[in-house]
Formats: sequence, structure tokens, C-alpha cells
Amino acid sequence: MDLLEYQGKQLFAKHGVSVPGGEVADTVEEAVAAAERVGFPCAIKAQVLIGGRGKAGGIKIAADAGEARAHAGAILGMEITGPHGEGPFTVHRVWIEGGSDIDAEYYASVILDRSEKKMLAMVSSRGGMDIEAVAAEDPGALIRRHIDPTREFDAAAARAIVDDAGLAEDVRDAAADVLVRLHEVATTEDATLIEVNPLIVTADREVVALDAKVTIDGNALFRHEDLAEIADSAVEDPQEAMAKERGLTYVKLDGNVGILGNGAGLCMATLDVVAQAGGDPANFLDAGGGSKAEAIVSALEVITSDPKVTAVLFNIFGGITRCDEVARGIIEASKQIDLKVPLVVRLDGTNSEEGLRLLEEAQIPGLEVESTMLGAAKRVVELANP
Amino acid sequence: MSIIVDTDTRLVVSGLTGREGSFHGLRNRAYGTDLVAGVTPGKGGQDVEGVPIYDTIAEAVQEAGANTSMIFVPARFASAAIDEAIDSGARTVIAITEGIPVQDMLRTYWKAREAGVRLIGPNCPGVLSPGKANVGIIPAQFFDPGKIGVVSKSGTLTYQIGNELKQAGEGNSSIVGIGGDPIVGSDFIDVLTLFEADEETELIVMVGEIGGDAEERAAEFIAESVSKPVVAYIAGFTAPPGKQMGHAGAIISGSSGTAQAKKEALEAKGVRVGESPTEAARIAVETLRG
Repeated sequence: MDLLEYQGKQLFAKHGVSVPGGEVADTVEEAVAAAERVGFPCAIKAQVLIGGRGKAGGIKIAADAGEARAHAGAILGMEITGPHGEGPFTVHRVWIEGGSDIDAEYYASVILDRSEKKMLAMVSSRGGMDIEAVAAEDPGALIRRHIDPTREFDAAAARAIVDDAGLAEDVRDAAADVLVRLHEVATTEDATLIEVNPLIVTADREVVALDAKVTIDGNALFRHEDLAEIADSAVEDPQEAMAKERGLTYVKLDGNVGILGNGAGLCMATLDVVAQAGGDPANFLDAGGGSKAEAIVSALEVITSDPKVTAVLFNIFGGITRCDEVARGIIEASKQIDLKVPLVVRLDGTNSEEGLRLLEEAQIPGLEVESTMLGAAKRVVELANP
Repeated sequence: MSIIVDTDTRLVVSGLTGREGSFHGLRNRAYGTDLVAGVTPGKGGQDVEGVPIYDTIAEAVQEAGANTSMIFVPARFASAAIDEAIDSGARTVIAITEGIPVQDMLRTYWKAREAGVRLIGPNCPGVLSPGKANVGIIPAQFFDPGKIGVVSKSGTLTYQIGNELKQAGEGNSSIVGIGGDPIVGSDFIDVLTLFEADEETELIVMVGEIGGDAEERAAEFIAESVSKPVVAYIAGFTAPPGKQMGHAGAIISGSSGTAQAKKEALEAKGVRVGESPTEAARIAVETLRG
């Protein structure tokens, strides 16, 4: 789960990392009032979960109330697409923070390195720009050090990284302290990514996090009530919200072929074969390893509540899941939901004969059975795009 | 020979008194796995269908001679249970539990490495050596004994491919589910090493998915250290960046971890990659029969 900039900064402040003071606003009026309180000049920053906001016009400096009004008006409601094609995300909230006197811009991050199975700390004296470009152009300018998970990450270890990065002598202790605290955020708040770009040195020689990119491990939300609340409120899409409420793993996509599979891997593979057959998947929905009838009803409701869906594919390989249970779920769903779109079902594996017999007997209008995954993908694409 | 679980496996199940733990533990026993003990703190001295329950895994190792531990404990307690298994003297720990926080697994991963204990999972379906032993939740009916080793991040995708191999008349030496989490105890390379050394295994099927770079690193390793043919399947070509596809590890961040990048890395090292699970199974059968 990614945090918005201001949420990340609140987490930093909790752990003693200096951040500029500020306020959030959801309307232009709120933004102007917040700017008056924060003082001018102030920065008005779009709160969306992607990088490249500045380039997209999502960060503006306001010198007075008139500019604050104009900038907030332009940014709220703006659609921003990320550098890797993420989104577009609509800006619903801005963060207004006091202007900072910037003497130097550094870069600091603590991220999970899956390959090495360790957290990786990175520091550079060349912050404020695209760090991937810095690393590509001058690899020596980005210092990378793995942190041993079995030992304490202390001030001395952090100071060694900061020294190697060649930060200004007089702020090295302060920068090392920030790095130790960022690592503490990772371990105690269960963050898998913390990136501060830029980490600035102010005219008063204070080290301040001017941005915050934080990813929290969704598996750890059970021990962070405050973060779990953010996770609940962050879901915007109506189908995703509905699925989350029902405990289903659902991801909304752009197409018109609704998809239900069991198991994350098989479900991903189903999206792929539908795409290979020329179709456009509308969603990812993993009904889980032990899909029971009620879960199937619930899942089908979520899929068909997306108005773009014109046909649905059920791809079930029963391992622990029993195909007769799935068939009962489909039959139950056809009674409870007014199905307006055709359904293609492929059932294989545990108790598939019984499941297929039940479906045959039920004679559900608009339901077709296919015996293979590829055949089912082809058929659902035909039905979705008549 | 098979890998990881075999006829000499003596299994202790943490969570055997729970609903899932008893269902799958007893299922494993019905398959022929030597289930020697269960562990639930405070329930020592009881039994589940004749299987003795101990308070600790160490007691199960010492008193019942367990050498392999399976963890079926809820996520918030699971890393502590894995740590206990690592300290118990068991040589293999198979963790089925899904949803364990990454920070917990970072510590537990290194603890297992330092102790020299083989950890499989978490968030995995376990390991099956057809005709010999089954530890986990893999439905054994889709797999016959044979010459193909399977290593996979995904459960159901493995069953799908296993079923296609069986229909084509081929079987498996062992099927290893390594799990779909960002930090797993054993990666593709660890299991490829075991299959390379296993006399019974003649061909290896590797099932990967988006996220991380385990497939890319496996490709390098295969080129350098694996003499047996490897056939791969990768899931997640249509996954958009930034969205987590079910498994905690299946997320494309930035430009890395895409299915396309993994496919290209494998093909560059001579590994044939099937477009679908069906095609991967077909290529495996063709290659095996020359």
C-alpha cells in the first residue's frame, strides 16, 4: 500500500524526521484558508500516488492568496499519469506547506532488496532530480549499502554511508540521524520502500525531508491500526471497494471481459490467454484456494457490477477447491443475480465431472461450458465482442 | 531419489489441532507421508487421530524423531513458529501460511540460512514427491511419479501444468511450490540446484510470475550451472504496473519485474518459454521425448 506524500511525512514526523509544516485541503476554499495559515510563499502539492508530479504541473508555489486560489483551482481535479504509465490519477486533495530556503538537495532512501533479502540504504548528494538518471549517468554518485537484518543499524553505520556520499561536512551527523530514523520507520512501521527526494539542507543548516514516498507492507496492517484506516479509505474504485469489503482479491482493469480464477497464478495466466485470444480483461479476481459457493456468488456480483463487462470467464482448476462447489455457486448466483451477460465456464480438476453434470442439469441461459483454458478464452472473447 | 521430501521424511505439523492443519496434515498422512507428531502449545499429551501432540517442535524432534516441520499457524504468529522450527533441530521447514509481514520474513530468512535449515515458503503449497511423500496442500491426484521436476511460485498453475503432463503420460520427480511472497526461504536457484543433482529428474519445468528478479537470476544460473533441459512458463503479461496481482510479490514496480523481461531473460539463455500453461506442458513432453 502506497502512502500519499503528506501521510508519509506524518509518519516521518512521528519518528523524529524533520518535515515542513503544512495542511491538507480538498477544495479551493480550504486550500486558500490553509495557505493563509501556513504563510506565503507556500507550496501547493497534488496528493496522488505517483512520481513526476512536478513535471505534470501538480506542484506550484504561491506567493499570495490570489496565486494560491489559482493554483489550487488548477491542481484539484487535474489528471496525472505516472512516468511508467500508471494511472491516470485524479487529484482530490492537495497538501499546502511552507516554502523552504534550500541550500542543497540530497537523496535518501531505504528500500527492500528482494534479491539480496536485505533492506538497502541509498544516499546521494545529487537529489532533487530523477535518481535513476543520476545512477545511470554517474553510478558513483549514488551510494548503496545493504543493511544486515540481524544487526542494529546505528549512527556509525549510517554516518559511513553519508561520508561516502560526500554530503556537506557540517550536516553529516544530522543526515546520518535521518537515515537511522528512516530505517526505523521501515522496521517498526513495516515499510518496504521509503524514498526522500529531495532531502534538503535549509539556509539554517537543518536537514529536512521535502518529499516522502512510502510503501507499507499490506500483510502487516494488522499491527498498525492507523495505517489500516488509510488503506480502507484509499480504495476509490467502486468495484475494488466492494471486493475489499467482501474479502476478495480484485484488481480493476480497462477491458470488457470479466474474469474469475482460483489462485493468483492461474488468474494471471487467465488474463494472459484472454489477451492472446484478442480480448481485453476487465479485472483480476482470485476467488481463492478453497472457493465455496457463497464466495462465487459474491465474486460474480462484483465482476458484473462493472458496467463495461460484456462477458465473463470462469477459469477454475480444482485442487483444494472442489468443482462441484463452484458449480453450485454459479447455479446459486444465476438465481440471485439477474445475469445480463454471457458466462463461459471451464471447470477442471477435483470433482469436475460432478460440477459439469450439475451445470448441465441447471440449464442456465447464457452459460456455455468449454473443456480447455484456451478454448474458453477464445469463446469468451467472441461473446464479449459480438 | 526425490528432493526435499521423500520416504525418509518424518513430519511434524505446527497447527495440527486447527481446522486447516488437521485436514491437510491427515491428508498428507493418508498419502503415505510419515506424520509423526503435531505441535500446539498447551495441548501436549493429546492426540489427533492417533498422532501425538507436543507443546514444542523441539520435543517432537527429540521424542518423535521428526526431521521436517510444516507450519500451518496464522500469519501473525507464523514467523515465531518458523523460528521455533529452525531452532528445533528439524532440517527442513515448510511454511504454508500466507500473509506473513516482510520485515518478519527478513529476520527469519537469515536465521534459517545461518542455521543451515532448508526453508520452503511461506505462502506456498508445499512439496510433493509423487509416490513417496506429500507435505503441504498440493492435491496429489494430478501427479504421477516420473522424470519431470517442477518448481513454481504458484499453486493452482502448478496443478494445471501437472495435470497436462499426466494426461500426456508423464510424471514428476518432485513438485516444489516456493511461494509468491517477496521474501521466500528458497528461491528458483536453490531448487534448480537440487533438481540438477537429483538422478531421477531429467527435465525441469519452472513456473514464474511478475515481480522481483528471481526468474532473471535463475536464467543466469541455468546458463552456468544447469545441464538438464529447463522449460518455463511466466504468468502476468497483462498485469499493469503498480497493481498487486494477488500474491504479495506479484507487483511490477518501475520498469523491472515484467513478464516480458523475464521471458526474454530466459529465452536469451536457451530456456524455452511456453505462451500458456498448456504449451509449456507440451514443450516439456516434446523435449523429454526428444
